[in-house]
Amino acid sequence: MTLSRRYAGFALFAAMTLALPFVLHNPYYLQVVVGGYIAAIAVFGLNIILGYTGQLSLGHAAFFGIGAYTVALLETRAGVPFWIALVAGCAASVFAGYLVGLISLRTRGHYFAIFTAAIGVMISIVFTNDQDLTNGNIGIVNIPPPGPIGPISFESPVAKYYLVLAALALAAFVCWRVRHSLLGRTFVAIASSEDLAAASGIDVMRNKRMALMLSTFLAGLAGGMFAVFIGFLGPDSSGLDVTFDMLLYLIVGGLGTLAGPFVGTMLVVILTQFLQGFEHYRLLLFGPLLVLLVMFFPTGIVGGIARLRARMAAS
Amino acid sequence: MLLDVRNVTKRFGGLTAVDDVSFSLEAGKITAIIGPNGAGKSTCFNVISGYYPATSGQLFFNGEEITRLATYEIARRGIARTFQTTCLFANHSVLDNAIVGYRMHTRSGLFDALLRTPRARREERESTERAFEALRFAGIEQHAARVAGSLSQEAQKRLGIAIAVVAEPKLVLLDEPVAGVTAEEIEGHAELIRKMSAAGYTVCLVEHKMNLVMGLADTIVVLHHGRKIAQGTPAQIVADAAVVEAYLGAAAHA
Repeated sequence: MTLSRRYAGFALFAAMTLALPFVLHNPYYLQVVVGGYIAAIAVFGLNIILGYTGQLSLGHAAFFGIGAYTVALLETRAGVPFWIALVAGCAASVFAGYLVGLISLRTRGHYFAIFTAAIGVMISIVFTNDQDLTNGNIGIVNIPPPGPIGPISFESPVAKYYLVLAALALAAFVCWRVRHSLLGRTFVAIASSEDLAAASGIDVMRNKRMALMLSTFLAGLAGGMFAVFIGFLGPDSSGLDVTFDMLLYLIVGGLGTLAGPFVGTMLVVILTQFLQGFEHYRLLLFGPLLVLLVMFFPTGIVGGIARLRARMAAS
Repeated sequence: MLLDVRNVTKRFGGLTAVDDVSFSLEAGKITAIIGPNGAGKSTCFNVISGYYPATSGQLFFNGEEITRLATYEIARRGIARTFQTTCLFANHSVLDNAIVGYRMHTRSGLFDALLRTPRARREERESTERAFEALRFAGIEQHAARVAGSLSQEAQKRLGIAIAVVAEPKLVLLDEPVAGVTAEEIEGHAELIRKMSAAGYTVCLVEHKMNLVMGLADTIVVLHHGRKIAQGTPAQIVADAAVVEAYLGAAAHA
């Protein structure tokens, strides 16, 4: 595909996302889309540590929760404005990523996955059980929406849509720039062979830590958006099953691809909505669909399309 | 002496893989480490390049002690290596492989990446130029755009060398550089190793194929059961009774 065609495709896509609130009048559908966008931001983060750098972090939803609870608590308990709380939420999530990375990144492969899963479960237990801090299962209610910036207010669902869309664009921009930089190539090299990366003078620990912090930054950003989007935050938002949902989105979309996090998340989120009508048969339908996908598109939708295209170009 | 290995021992539990070995590598020369399977040759490489910490003994590179340094720190001081089992960034283009090999000389980090700073652009250009030079040196420039994993064994070995030399190290350790390479291609590889030496790299290789070693090495170090049993020129080594007994004799019987 030529560069100009790629830019044209991207411009069309951007125009569609910008126009969506004017086309989609049903507020429930719009809410589903925004929920998908928020998840996609976190999945962009997961793609950096897992897709690019090859480290399966199963604590991702916990970092999402750290961002969300920081924003919610600062707003409701301390009266901090959203914008400052959001910066604090991202910072808290990055700092947590730094601390977790210091120890967990010394382990490799399955051990790293188990270690981060354990940390994720621990953090989620704190959210559930620390009644004084988080209200436990009751959750935090009435989280105020973002304050206005100049004349722009963020009270209406449509305004919130654009706010989340901007955060999504930021996440995609970060991934796009990183992926094609020397730093991104370093991440990908580590995923491919840590030994050869180290023999090439790359400080593997330091780079993995950077990747993890970048991924927890996006998780925290998504969490902060989540807190003010519904105005309610409970511990269900940050459990281990949420990490597995994100993992599913990423695998469906395509590990390590640029568009994969967005495509996978939106596809699964929207499909799940369509299958709501089937009630608890939903998972019976969903399971085989997933099996088929993994069988025929092992590199996800985006990876599969790229391969088909390469094959067509070759023949 | 560029590299000094002093009384290095490496034990894995009860097994002594390298036992009190000392040798040194002279700058600009080609040194081969030979010995039967299990003699401790690869372990020796892994200790030098920092993969395994030495149980005892010391390593000096350019007069500086490197015994306790991490692998990447040793690499940054100018010791590059290739791997026995071809070890490449298999899913990336040949060019990207070489670019990553040059990463230690670039400083662009996260903010350079996000903002595409002048430094990021300059370093990207510089990395690409150096990578192409290294590919040309290794004779695989024509494959630059291909995926590394799709290259032939022989070309992958050459790419391994390109990744090693792109950062312009002082010493290159080659772990079985012609393993998996066909007989007809071996001479081409010997030529490449001579070219490395002529370009000023000090080369140290571990190799089984005696004809390659004899025609290539200035100095040969012979290991047997983890101990050094001989060191000398190829002519001295073939005349050494202990070596003939331990290695060449065994090979002749096989």
